[in-house]
Amino acid sequence: MEVLKIATAGSVDDGKSTLIGRLLYDTKSLTEDKLEAIKKSSEQRGYDYLDFSLATDGLVAEREQGITIDVAHIYFSTAKKSYIIADTPGHVEYTRNMVTGASTSQVAIILIDARKGVIEQTYRHFFINNLLRVKEVIVAINKMDLVGYDEAVFENIKRDFEALNARSTFNDQRLTYIPVSALKGDNVVSSANAMPWYQGDTILDHLENLKAEDVYQSGQVRFPVQTVIRPKTADFHDFRGYAGKIYGGSLKVGDAVTVLPSLTASKIKEIYFFDKKYEQAAAGSAVNITLEDDINVTRGDMLVKQNEIPKIEKEINATVCWMDSKQLQTGTKYIVQHNTNKVLSKIAGINNVVTTDYNGTVSADNKLKLNEIGEVSIKLSKPIYFDSYQENKSNGAFILIDAQTNATAGVGFIN
Amino acid sequence: MNTITAELEPLTTITETVSLQPDALESEAIYIFREVVAQFEKPVLLFSGGKDSITLVRLAQKAFYPSKIPFPLMHIDTGHNFPETIAFRDKLVEELGVELIVRKVQDSIDQGKVVEETGKYASRNMLQTTTLLDAIEEFKFDACIGGARRDEEKARAKERIFSVRDDFGQWDEKNQRPELFDMLNGAIEIGQNVRVFPISNWTELDVWSYIESEGIEIPSIYFAHKRNIFVRDGLIWSAEDDVVFRAEDEVVEERMVRFRTVGDMSCTAAVLSYADSIEKVVAEIRESQISERGARIDDKRSEAAMEKRKQQGYF
Repeated sequence: MEVLKIATAGSVDDGKSTLIGRLLYDTKSLTEDKLEAIKKSSEQRGYDYLDFSLATDGLVAEREQGITIDVAHIYFSTAKKSYIIADTPGHVEYTRNMVTGASTSQVAIILIDARKGVIEQTYRHFFINNLLRVKEVIVAINKMDLVGYDEAVFENIKRDFEALNARSTFNDQRLTYIPVSALKGDNVVSSANAMPWYQGDTILDHLENLKAEDVYQSGQVRFPVQTVIRPKTADFHDFRGYAGKIYGGSLKVGDAVTVLPSLTASKIKEIYFFDKKYEQAAAGSAVNITLEDDINVTRGDMLVKQNEIPKIEKEINATVCWMDSKQLQTGTKYIVQHNTNKVLSKIAGINNVVTTDYNGTVSADNKLKLNEIGEVSIKLSKPIYFDSYQENKSNGAFILIDAQTNATAGVGFIN
Repeated sequence: MNTITAELEPLTTITETVSLQPDALESEAIYIFREVVAQFEKPVLLFSGGKDSITLVRLAQKAFYPSKIPFPLMHIDTGHNFPETIAFRDKLVEELGVELIVRKVQDSIDQGKVVEETGKYASRNMLQTTTLLDAIEEFKFDACIGGARRDEEKARAKERIFSVRDDFGQWDEKNQRPELFDMLNGAIEIGQNVRVFPISNWTELDVWSYIESEGIEIPSIYFAHKRNIFVRDGLIWSAEDDVVFRAEDEVVEERMVRFRTVGDMSCTAAVLSYADSIEKVVAEIRESQISERGARIDDKRSEAAMEKRKQQGYF
């Protein structure tokens, strides 16, 4: 079945939990026992409404404080699609969680409280979706019931958001504005009688009809090798297959390929998926590829088409979102994990900190703190083979691993 | 020359002329399996004989074909098994030609490491943790692959695909590594281990649909059958063995039932059902108004039951 991955960001006050709860409830995805548990917990806490956040805030600490701390994953499905929502907290101190949620999502839902309009938090949500180049963005203008379902309120917010959009550098984004009341269920799954002036789709209809691209948009084909498969059995005595996932485009038998970093040329001999061979495999396939020539290929190497060689360099400039409480400093060493390749690196310079409200950059003072985003130059001990994130998402992103603590300390988007 | 090449080809492999179109969830799981083998030295697949671990086995086969599955399976045996599950397990292992490790909760009890629970709600589910942690230490496993899914339970919804545990097996839920794009960071210190969940993003329905479309064999208790049962607290319990505590006033009757999950018998309740084929089971799950874990008494102990168990090293 088709899977659609969605990221939502926002605080409790935006009605984010109510919106998710409404999506689950109206698609009949909440089973009776789960609903009963929500009712019971809501009553225990003295609420006279159903607090759906009790179903999504999975940790004791979250329920105690009434906030979402970590990314939660919520699942529901219709006859047409399976949906996965990465529900992330919206405050500035959770920027890293928003970036994490957005990294695996094809669609973003940005919630706006109709009474408050476009606020600082909206800027940040939109900025992160721009940075990660999430193409489909739904701007859900919520709590329309509290502004008398007034079309003028909706239009004003839309105008403000368009002004914000004009400041974005990512122009491929598709924005869809939907006036909703998550509490009353207007335009979430069913359309709203209260807003006859709105003729567009409900949120669910929009999602159902969306032909969203894979998280990794199409571009040049990249095949990072995960592991080498050598069965050494009688039937497959000399078999040597390269296992990995295809990104960016499709590969077919006979394609002339180059192995990176050795720059050795060969041709695709076979494409296996389990016990079947295919003439061709589309992007996203986790296949096992054999080559015509007996050459040395190991984990971390990459197969590309011969006329589509990426950059092979030892110095990169990237926009980095810092995710560790230990701040990033110039001169420190980290491990760069880029696809399946790991390389030791040194932070050559932290050039600036980017504000997440479209107010440009500020001086970084050679440091990047937790949840800050900045422009960083990195020197690598060995060259990596990359594209800019703009050209090829899968081959333009990397993570930084702290060699002492093993923590995933940051994520970078190569410029 | 052509004939010689043809002879070298294994007879079973047919080349499909259609382009392979990936199933997103299947691809993701296969990718995760390969990352485990590439990033860890001693992985193991935790196999309970339930549908989720059976699905994992199929995905592992797909990930490494034409090689065998390159790690052993391990069953943490509570001793409270449905006999059908054990028979199924042994048959599957033989077909795959992989190693099966069995470690028994009974041994942990005999060694005085854990104390058997008593009374109406007694279960060995909690006791499994000690046996599991001991086995991890015994074999020096650095990655334990499990069939947990995020849709099962709200604490599980917060779980990472590569979930790091310290040398006490503990889950530090407030300090988890962010997982971005497809990049999985499996770097750990000696003594730590990682729990890996390749079907994190699958729902119960996804698992059942996959079992249907792949034609995967599963133990018979998943299908409707006649069984002697009794009802307690609105849940249906098997009365065919001594494992489940039954008070004298709890009346036994014969009904058509099936199991939606196969855990320790003492905490796994049945559901009334006439679904005796995989198609009917899938249809039933689609229409179901009760979640899968609605029949698992281990989650009903408190709102944070799962989170607490995970902190202590439960899988």
